[in-house]
Amino acid sequence: MAGGPQIAAGRLTGRQYEENFDDIKPPLDRRRALIEASRCYFCYDAPCIEACPTGIDIPSFIRKISTDNVRGAALDILNPNIFGGMCARVCPTEELCEEACVRNTQEEKPVHIGALQRYATDNFFETGEQPFTRAPATGKRVAAVGAGPAGLSCAHRCATLGHDVTVFDARDKAGGLNEYGIAAYKTPHNFAQTEVDFIMGIGGITIETGKKLGRDIALADLRSDYDAVFLGLGHTAVRELSIDGEVMSGVHAAVDYIAELRQAADLAALPVGRRIVVIGGGNTAIDIAVQTKRLGAEDVTLVYRRGPREMGATWHEQEIAQTNGVKIKHWAMPRRILGNGSVEAVECEYTQLDASGRLSGTGDTFSLAADQVFKAIGQMFVPDALNGSAQEVLEIANDRIVVNDDRQTSLPDVFAGGDCIAGTDLTVQAVEDGKVAAIAIDRLLRS
Amino acid sequence: MADLRCDIAGVKSPNPFWLASAPPTDKEYNVVRAFKAGWGGVVWKTLGEDPPIVNVTSRYGAMHYNGTRLAGFNNIELITDRPLEVNLREIKQVKRDWPDRAVVVSLMVPCEEENWRNILAHVEDTGADGVELNFGCPHGMSERGMGSAVGQVPEYIEMVTRWCKQYTRMPVFVKLTPNVTNILAPARAAQAGGADAVSLINTINSIASVDLDAMAPTPTVHGKGAHGGYCGPAVKPIALCMVAEIARDPQCNGIPISGIGGISTWRDAAEFIALGAGSVQVCTAAMHKGFKIVDDMIDGLGNWMDGKGYADLDAFRSAAVSNYVNWGELDINHEIVASIDQDACIKCGLCHIACEDTSHQAIRAARTNGDRRYEVIDAECVGCNLCMHVCPVEGCITMVEVDNGKPYMTWGEDPRNPANMKAAE
Ligand SMILES: Cc1cc2nc3c(=O)[nH]c(=O)nc-3n(C[C@H](O)[C@H](O)[C@H](O)COP(=O)(O)OP(=O)(O)OC[C@H]3O[C@@H](n4cnc5c(N)ncnc54)[C@H](O)[C@@H]3O)c2cc1C
Ligand SMILES: Cc1cc2nc3c(=O)[nH]c(=O)nc-3n(C[C@H](O)[C@H](O)[C@H](O)COP(=O)(O)O)c2cc1C
Ligand code: SF4
Repeated sequence: MAGGPQIAAGRLTGRQYEENFDDIKPPLDRRRALIEASRCYFCYDAPCIEACPTGIDIPSFIRKISTDNVRGAALDILNPNIFGGMCARVCPTEELCEEACVRNTQEEKPVHIGALQRYATDNFFETGEQPFTRAPATGKRVAAVGAGPAGLSCAHRCATLGHDVTVFDARDKAGGLNEYGIAAYKTPHNFAQTEVDFIMGIGGITIETGKKLGRDIALADLRSDYDAVFLGLGHTAVRELSIDGEVMSGVHAAVDYIAELRQAADLAALPVGRRIVVIGGGNTAIDIAVQTKRLGAEDVTLVYRRGPREMGATWHEQEIAQTNGVKIKHWAMPRRILGNGSVEAVECEYTQLDASGRLSGTGDTFSLAADQVFKAIGQMFVPDALNGSAQEVLEIANDRIVVNDDRQTSLPDVFAGGDCIAGTDLTVQAVEDGKVAAIAIDRLLRS
Repeated sequence: MADLRCDIAGVKSPNPFWLASAPPTDKEYNVVRAFKAGWGGVVWKTLGEDPPIVNVTSRYGAMHYNGTRLAGFNNIELITDRPLEVNLREIKQVKRDWPDRAVVVSLMVPCEEENWRNILAHVEDTGADGVELNFGCPHGMSERGMGSAVGQVPEYIEMVTRWCKQYTRMPVFVKLTPNVTNILAPARAAQAGGADAVSLINTINSIASVDLDAMAPTPTVHGKGAHGGYCGPAVKPIALCMVAEIARDPQCNGIPISGIGGISTWRDAAEFIALGAGSVQVCTAAMHKGFKIVDDMIDGLGNWMDGKGYADLDAFRSAAVSNYVNWGELDINHEIVASIDQDACIKCGLCHIACEDTSHQAIRAARTNGDRRYEVIDAECVGCNLCMHVCPVEGCITMVEVDNGKPYMTWGEDPRNPANMKAAE
């Protein structure tokens, strides 16, 4: 066997990188959009609206597309969901709006709502218009921590309502996972920043990057300096495998590598292994598997301890992995990572469900040669950043900040939303949380 | 298979499907392609006197509806723009090469006896099977005192028809314009003038759309638009009604009808024939999809007739005419209510909102554990059919007959009729 890990940059030609990381789903042109729009029945009490966490009036915006009222369509989307452009690209519509489409019952083919949403928002953004205006200034100040979809959604709604907002983020760029996490081919051409610029275009929002809560700023100070605080911290840690060999060169947290990929000025300079093993069954696992494959990795194997139905990744994401040549190995879990300072292989054990439905190893093992191993078994919220003075006790349960329906925490002037609270960890949910919190903050500040 | 042969006013064709006088029949080239595709006959694009007319460019407008192209079609073309002699030569050749197909020649000349006599002699020489007098064209030619300008004056129709009958042995079809308040007046005039058949409908005055940038009707010719003639699937109901009016009119005395207007399929054709049409003529559908559509028209009509046990066209021709009655002859006691097939329902809610907002509040929108269910409230349903028509799932909503035990009763016999109340007093 050839010695040493085979990790190298520049496995592909420039053109291949370009093709592999361009739009995975090309946008609809007007003709296609009109055909697709004509498939919408304009349902009464439309199930799709209910299935959208931000409650976009989908039949309405589709009807507007069909009459070439693209501006009206875009505003139907952006009013309830300021990240309507990103959501059109990243929402797992197959388990949201499109799953609810009545056409599924009729012909197993929903209206392609996501693609139409993208058509409306893309075309609108191209006009360069800033459609939002601010209510008369209230003189109130809101601090948002985290410039991800949750934080920026809250900030935008607060700004619309007349409050001034400062957004703090530990990273160098705003956008949260839109900028650092979403698979590159879902949002190419720097769309994440274009969208942030559009959101900032309303005015009244200041972003301070490189400011970390718990290091550079404290919750206590924010609470005394601002009238209300919103926490949109996202996940702050990666779940560990807790097996031997986990700390070894070549073993990465998938999200770290994806962040690096998203920020790479030149993908050809990004080293990637020849043989990759991904551990996990969620969308992050699929994303890292597909992206390393598209970077030129030869063999990518995803190891998941249960079956396809139990995977967190939607069937659509699983299909993408398979059509990209990722091998998915179900019913197996890693036992140890083998190597001599750097990874050489992953030893896995087959798994099974016992009579009571509990998962256990069968005792049989196999080994997968690997140059790189990516851990993608989940991220979590670690409340370290909130450590402040003793009386500031934010209630935490199951590793998430506890909130009520208004996304208000146990501290009445502190709100939270997105991945750091309980619920589905999706961009669109984070946007909704930020919006709901902003409306509640507005009510609080005006009372 | 059923016998599709057609004989209308002595003009015979292997099937009832003719191409209407229009661009598809403007030249030998097109007509030969049509015959090769299987069309039973053509009415040649309308001939006029030399020098030929000159068309503008930008000629067609269209009504696209909800993704359907050419739901309606509109044009501002005039009659043939080719010299008379060229057309006559080609007609002669085509008829010689295709003796079994119907070749009828459409004509339009100024409203003078001499002009008609002249052109008829030329046409007769081609060996064509008949002539069709274009009294229908509603645009352009009508401004010159021809087309619908004649068709709107019954006296002119009768007069010109009489001349033609006098100067030719060929069967004379009179093509009627729908741009009148009552189609019976021109139809009866044609009958009185001795016409062998009527053809209808020609196109309906129309503006296809307005270009909101140019602020002009379409099709726009250098910033301006003129009204055109409307045809295509959208006009079929209007045409069916006019055909039926003539078919049942005692004064029209069973004059043969060549049905035209929005015919795209064998089913459309069967409907026209059931309402009394002899042959049917097609324009827009051919201009939309090409001549090959006749294949399914022939095949489909034959298969349907076989299924119904109709041996030939006469077996069902006019079969629906006696069931076309005035409102006052309908059964006021007839009762139907909507019924929703819950297994087929896709929960779009359109039946509910249509009935709730615009009709009789007879469909309840229920939610149980989040699941939608739409239910007809029988007592509120007036049997209007609206929900059935808006439902996107074929067959999901049906109208079910209620056996109320009441006899057939017309409004005239109904005690609720004020006229009967008075009589009872
Ligand atoms: C690899 C990957 C792929 C994904 N793909 C999809 C997808 O395709 N579709 C989808 O709907 N969802 C996807 N998600 C989930 C989605 O990205 C998140 O649900 C969403 O971004 C959550 O938004 P947020 O604002 O709560 O958090 P984030 O987007 O994580 O933003 C949190 C922000 O807070 C900042 N922050 C954190 N701690 C501090 C601190 N102490 N001080 C200051 N700032 C701090 C961070 O720098 C970050 O900018 C994906 C997630 C991952 C990891
Ligand atoms: C079910 C129905 C009933 C109608 N009843 C009347 C009526 O009583 N009086 C009237 O003037 N028009 C009546 N109309 C015609 C409409 O007012 C309108 O002129 C016609 O529908 C054309 O408009 P639209 O097709 O754009 O809707 C009726 C139309 C419909 C569909
Ligand atoms: S169909 Fe098109 S190409 Fe042909 S003559 Fe008309 S405009 Fe010209």
